[in-house]
Amino acid sequence: MNLSVFIDGIGVLAPGLESWSAAAEVLAGRAAYAPAPTVLPAPAVLPPAERRRASRLVKTALGAGLEAVNHAGADASSLATVFASSSGDGHNCHAICETLASDDRSVSPTRFHNSVHNAAAGYWGIATGAMAPSQVLCAFDAGFAAGLLEAAVQVASAQTPVLLVVYDAEYPEPIFSKRPVPDAGAIALLLSPARGPRSLAAAKVSLGDTPMARMDDAAQEKLRSDIPAMRGLPLLQLIARGQAGGASLEYLAPLTLQVDVAPC
Amino acid sequence: MTPLLLSHLTATTCLGRGLAPTRAALENVDSGLRHCDFETVRLDVWIGEVPGVDEVKLPAALARHDCRNNRLALLGLEADGFADAVRAAVGRYGKRRIGVILGTSTSGILQMELAYRRRDATTGALPDDFIYETTHNAYSVAGFTRELFGIEGPAVVVSTACSSSAKVFAAASRMMACGLIDAALVGGVDSLCLTTLYGFNSLELTAPSPCRPYDAHRHGISIGEGAGFALLERATASLDADAVLLLGAGESSDAFHMSSPHPEGLGARLAMERALADADLTPADIDYINLHGTATPANDAAEGKAVAALFGTSVPCSSTKGATGHTLGAAGAVEVAACALALRHGFLPGSANTETLDPAIPLDYLLATRHGEVRRTLTNSFGFGGSNCSLVLGRAE
Repeated sequence: MNLSVFIDGIGVLAPGLESWSAAAEVLAGRAAYAPAPTVLPAPAVLPPAERRRASRLVKTALGAGLEAVNHAGADASSLATVFASSSGDGHNCHAICETLASDDRSVSPTRFHNSVHNAAAGYWGIATGAMAPSQVLCAFDAGFAAGLLEAAVQVASAQTPVLLVVYDAEYPEPIFSKRPVPDAGAIALLLSPARGPRSLAAAKVSLGDTPMARMDDAAQEKLRSDIPAMRGLPLLQLIARGQAGGASLEYLAPLTLQVDVAPC
Repeated sequence: MTPLLLSHLTATTCLGRGLAPTRAALENVDSGLRHCDFETVRLDVWIGEVPGVDEVKLPAALARHDCRNNRLALLGLEADGFADAVRAAVGRYGKRRIGVILGTSTSGILQMELAYRRRDATTGALPDDFIYETTHNAYSVAGFTRELFGIEGPAVVVSTACSSSAKVFAAASRMMACGLIDAALVGGVDSLCLTTLYGFNSLELTAPSPCRPYDAHRHGISIGEGAGFALLERATASLDADAVLLLGAGESSDAFHMSSPHPEGLGARLAMERALADADLTPADIDYINLHGTATPANDAAEGKAVAALFGTSVPCSSTKGATGHTLGAAGAVEVAACALALRHGFLPGSANTETLDPAIPLDYLLATRHGEVRRTLTNSFGFGGSNCSLVLGRAE
């Protein structure tokens, strides 16, 4: 079994990487990686009320997703989407749990509706008007591979493009000590069933048990392992370097997700 | 889609453990709801609690997964011989050829809520015995289930609020169609917690009396908990006449509001249309609709409009949430079980607690159970964030 897709657009938001073009320079070895706090774009696509309510996690997902859509020259309003996040919105979770542990358990209604794992997908729908199916997944540290697998399966089943957005944001203390995700990060890929004028690479996705790839650069490897969404960096490195080759991405032991790419 | 066989299924809710008490209660229009006395919750709401969840002991090797949600998962898996059927399927297909695709909305968050009451007085730290990954994290229930059965195939949790465990059927069917797996353990588990009880209360969506779906005087939901599972396999050429098949799935997004449905039910209608198209059926082919029917004024009005617009007013339909409560991320799988019981045993469940039909919703809404042949059913599951999923099930004949 392998699933063939084309990667038509990429979005990246991560500590020290504000876009795919910045990430590509670093991953291709043309620029040094300088870690710095993740800079999140304002979600101008949201109506003002939702913009106020959007969390850092939602802004992260929307930012990377829109970059991938624009990069591919696609129309967000018609795209099916797959969202995958390892942990949800930690600040919101902390605030709700603090309230529930206090004498006054009145949870804020906005906090409650923002607590669903599919909050980013909901805001994406409001921002883009897309009524296409939207999948929202969690596989703890395996979320990038689980999301890519689901997106590739959807492309193969429906023969239509699918936007994949894998995103995480930091947890505050005291949860941080239990789940040390330090900052926001996201990778978005616009996947298509057929090669188009914007296609960047052809990718074949399959399950295997080749040991997972790591980054050679220590700071990039720290980024890959610190933020679950960044488990896709070895794949992005192949694309940034214009190389044909394979990357085994972290999935659920004993499996890894094998992605073989060839530049278009 | 190519029809898939639900070779085994089970459901555990406040109606009881497994299909037999579920069938009896649905057929008799009984409700399992009672006034909330869960944990330290002091709210004037009604709940559908599964008895005995606290007494469930996880196998010692899986102790790090211990939380209410995984206890309920284990309780549910052990009903109706379902766990044995999974083990047999693992033997038949191989541990890498089975997927585990489960839905939940709140996972083991109760464990985090309880840990927040035990923070270190000086440092604020959570207690050492609290394990985030295998209890609170949304993936926890799939990780637990995969490990319980020694399955090594793909696994994932779908978490789209109250459509979660309907969407797992669609996701599994796609993976099977691509040849990635030969069988799938699908389902949903959601358990009572303070976040949903106080959260829905803050949105003024909970009722002070047992929920009354589609009633003219409906006042909101009653939160329940539940575990529903199905084993999906490819249909063989010869099937028992009362074998139940998944015939189609349809998904959509409202693109409207985070916690309110589209007032005309546009997203809901799209999901139903896509499910019918996926099953290659028309509205006239459906004998019964298991409605999302949460009993909030907005949901039932919007869903009712969408159903009437697509099906007209003569297809019998009901919500089973007056019986089970709204089991949130488990509702899709629990209501697949309700549809399977209707198909197997030839009855359309009446709506528990509903007394006076809403004259503004022109549907053939069932106050009493009706008996007769049921060949195909549709079930709706809609969630916060505007996530919609409809599934079509049918008898094999």
